[in-house]
Amino acid sequence: MDAAVELCDAVAVLGSYPALAGADLTVRRGEIVLLQGPNGAGKTTLLRVCAGLVPLARGRASVLGLDVAAHRDAVRARVGLLGHANGLYQELTVRENVDFWAATAGAGTDEVASVLERLGLDGRLADVAVSRLSAGQRRRTALACLVARRAEVWLLDEPHAGLDAAGRDRLDETLTAAAAAGATVLLASHELDRATRLATRVVEVVAGTVRQPS
Amino acid sequence: MWRVARLVAAKDLRIEWRSRVVTNQVVPFAVLVLVMFAFALDVESVLQRVAPGLVWLAVMFSQFFLVQRAFAVETSDGALDALRVAGVDPAGVFLGKALALMAQLASLVILLLVGAVLLYRAEIRADGLVLLVTAACSATAGLAAVGTLYGGLTAGAKGRETLLPLLLAPVVAPVLIAAARATEAALGTAGTALGDGWPWVGVLATFAVAFGVVGTVAFGPLIEE
Repeated sequence: MDAAVELCDAVAVLGSYPALAGADLTVRRGEIVLLQGPNGAGKTTLLRVCAGLVPLARGRASVLGLDVAAHRDAVRARVGLLGHANGLYQELTVRENVDFWAATAGAGTDEVASVLERLGLDGRLADVAVSRLSAGQRRRTALACLVARRAEVWLLDEPHAGLDAAGRDRLDETLTAAAAAGATVLLASHELDRATRLATRVVEVVAGTVRQPS
Repeated sequence: MWRVARLVAAKDLRIEWRSRVVTNQVVPFAVLVLVMFAFALDVESVLQRVAPGLVWLAVMFSQFFLVQRAFAVETSDGALDALRVAGVDPAGVFLGKALALMAQLASLVILLLVGAVLLYRAEIRADGLVLLVTAACSATAGLAAVGTLYGGLTAGAKGRETLLPLLLAPVVAPVLIAAARATEAALGTAGTALGDGWPWVGVLATFAVAFGVVGTVAFGPLIEE
């Protein structure tokens, strides 16, 4: 079985609102899957379910063969989530942020240097405090933290948001390289043209359910 | 767990060093509290008598700001969520944040004791130094542990700025009492014997260990809620 992410009849309720209403999805290892759909369709909730942040009211979610509810910590150690917030420390520099998140996963400084270079965050920019960066540079820093953590499944919510054209190109190159190296990418994006070119498969999320293309 | 604790403590202390919030805002506030007490009481003999209690009261008030600040850096851009999703050991996060908070509180206690000597004419005796240092270390460890636990509890709550002092003040009351009594004994305030202070140090150490253990176990489930 080479499924990296599997949702079976997944129902998630936020307050009294059913954000996922029986979603079924299988993503194979090494795939880049684009979740597309209108605002409020359940894309973000689906990603948060996979990260073990939103519990299911019904159904089952598994990541890398592990049931998310039963093995939440083990799943979290192998996934990386880039949500709407960047999860960065404003007073620390780009390098210090990436160093910190890499160190939490046991990665070394050599790897950090390589990640910074790959995402165009090396040189003078690496020593600038995050609070002084533009929105796009912060997003790239957040992505660098994710890459440095060596996640096997990348869950990305609007990763292109705030990036300029060059930043988007670098992001796409990074995701393609990660997938080629065996990582699985699940992303929600409203940058449909770009994300569709990047993705190996597109699925539509509508009213909390997943529709596979015909 | 200890590797994560070291990383988190170093990160928190570096953030505080860069932002200077403690030195530029919390320390002046704590000193101001000492000065205001001096204005309010205004009799040297009374100030000398109550100096230990006033010092620890100022520490407790300042602690509210330090704890708020320690968790504001985690919640402002979703870093606490990111720590959860990254599967970073929550016990390590708790211990790291508590250690950083303890270092800040210890610096504050030293400064306020110097302030009490200058403003209230409190006297630090050489033979009371060991008791004073032990009491201060135990008290700051307890305050840091309970502060981190309650900081985590209120981090995602609405109105956390007012909720935290409301929840924390009653819980740290035993530390306030025990630290004030132990400090009185160390300074020999109103003829208190040195030996009277050690049982209070026992209370402080028990409090620190209890909340250290509870925090290490409960911090993960707390930040999940």
